[in-house]
Amino acid sequence: MYNGGKIILGLIIFLLLITLPVWFNIATGTSKYKPNPKILPGQTECVAPANYMRTSHMRLLDEWRDEVVRHQRRYGEINGKIYELSLSNTCMKCHSNKKEFCDECHNFADVNPYCWECHIEPKEK
Amino acid sequence: MSIFYSLLAITVLILIPIVGVGGLGWRYLFGVIIPYAAFGLFIIGIIYRILLWAKVPVPFKITTTCGQQKSLPWIKNSKLEAPPNSFWTAMRMSSEVLFFRSLFRNSKAQLKPGPKLVYGSGILLWLGAICFHYSFLVILIRHFRFFIGPTSKFIEIVSGLDSFFQIGLPILYITDLVILIALTYLLLRRFLSPQLKYISLAADYFPLFLLLCIALSGTTMRYFTRIDIVAVKELGMGLAGFHPVIPDNLSLMFFIHIFLVSSLIAYFPFSKLMHMGGIFLSPTRNMANDNRKRRHINPWNPKVEVHTYEEYEDEFREVMKNAGLPLEKEE
Ligand code: HEC
Ligand code: HEC
Ligand code: HEC
Ligand code: HEM
Repeated sequence: MYNGGKIILGLIIFLLLITLPVWFNIATGTSKYKPNPKILPGQTECVAPANYMRTSHMRLLDEWRDEVVRHQRRYGEINGKIYELSLSNTCMKCHSNKKEFCDECHNFADVNPYCWECHIEPKEK
Repeated sequence: MSIFYSLLAITVLILIPIVGVGGLGWRYLFGVIIPYAAFGLFIIGIIYRILLWAKVPVPFKITTTCGQQKSLPWIKNSKLEAPPNSFWTAMRMSSEVLFFRSLFRNSKAQLKPGPKLVYGSGILLWLGAICFHYSFLVILIRHFRFFIGPTSKFIEIVSGLDSFFQIGLPILYITDLVILIALTYLLLRRFLSPQLKYISLAADYFPLFLLLCIALSGTTMRYFTRIDIVAVKELGMGLAGFHPVIPDNLSLMFFIHIFLVSSLIAYFPFSKLMHMGGIFLSPTRNMANDNRKRRHINPWNPKVEVHTYEEYEDEFREVMKNAGLPLEKEE
């Protein structure tokens, strides 16, 4: 082999880079962590089926935002119930434990919704 | 014909997970076993190809003549084109890897009146290539979030910048748009230019189709059909931590996405995509232009069996003496 030292060094660096998650997880010991968003007691169902909410709540929020900001419709019907289309007044009324609920998943999935730059977070005790 | 074959191949690749997961429900096979196997093949294949290349001797130092080599102190030399030492060779290599410098120039031939053949820079090809590669890199970095434990600052910064315009929810990533446009351009280029179409093989179309389908399935999943990211991350961290689990909440589109990705990485070491490693081993890029200063010995040179005159004389001394021929040494 010619220039073996340099080539093998390059290969090792490449292999370390593409297997980075393995070493990272060993170093931080977090590979079995699973988020557990806490539903407050007394609540039984969400505005839409839980499965839909889990995957698509951000799209629902986007639709609500468009309804309110663009079409001035502050109330809407979902599954036969009338809701105020509002992030702080509807979602966060039932899910007032933002830290244990929204953030639990978002920290896990590495997303950072920027909504709270303007919208008010519920006060937590 | 080559377009047809690569389209056929990609259609089959999409049908496999549709039948395997959608029809037969083999989720563990498609979610765990195939990705592991593909990744194993990727690593072993890359090591194999690189070592194979490393074993090939370089008989000559290939000087590229597009720049003045370093010679006398009063002749201005071009350090990047004709690097005098390993530092400038590394500079030339990085400009190639990071900015695709060679692709920027002289990649378009035109016949001007005269008739005169003129080479100019094909800026569109360079732009398409650089947009595609950097989007790919950013998408890969962002995808690391599915495999590593909660929150990494670096990925957060990258996806923050990538979603800079804050369009829609889930936020539109700029790189998703760019990679789709760039791939479409790179494909159309081969379809529309007759010269290019003539030299394009199935091995040129197939990777483009494959990448396009991966990007399309990924963006469909993110912006249209949606997917439970928490479940995806459970799968991803299970894979990265070697305790694989298959959550229930994964959609068919996700299985198509990772089956195509598995196909891509399994195909990678055996295809032209290996230019990722090959660029570092290109003799015209990785050798300093110092052949007038340092002798390059061909490692290939066989041990030549020489028969010197002294040995010749030793062998035939008696015969020569008898024939009366003059000898260097009498005894
Ligand atoms: C009436 C009270 C109520 C309102 C209003 C409400 N939720 Fe829910 N939400 C719930 C309950 C109860 C559940 C658990 C449902 C279940 O597990 O079946 C839930 C579940 C969810 C889940 C899935 C959690 C999981 O564990 O997978 C998400 C995400 C969610 N809600 C987001 C929202 C958002 C965003 C809004 C505003 C658009 C909202 N919710 C409005 C009560 C509510
Ligand atoms: C730049 C500040 C700003 C940011 C950031 C922002 N919003 Fe808003 N949002 C507003 C304003 C202003 C209104 C109009 C309030 C009204 O008319 O009651 C509004 C209204 C809404 C409404 C309907 C009214 C209500 O009471 O909630 C929804 C839903 C909404 N935004 C969702 C979001 C979501 C989701 C995000 C994050 C992805 C977000 N917004 C980020 C400023 C902002
Ligand atoms: C079951 C876990 C879970 C819960 C609970 C949850 N989210 Fe999310 N949310 C996610 C995931 C995962 C994403 C990222 C989706 C993606 O990147 O495709 C997300 C994305 C979002 C986004 C879009 C952000 C972006 O950058 O695209 C908004 C807005 C949002 N969530 C709001 C909320 C709010 C408000 C709550 C609490 C009421 C909440 N979410 C609760 C999992 C959750
Ligand atoms: C060659 C490698 C890959 C490429 C080029 C690729 C490409 C893409 C693209 C372009 C998207 C659109 C959304 C975005 O940019 O985030 C996407 C989304 C996605 N990909 Fe991949 N992908 C690759 C590998 C993988 C792997 C290995 C997984 C397995 C965990 C995966 C899972 C996902 C998921 C879950 C989404 C949806 C993301 C979201 O909704 O935010 N991808 N992919």
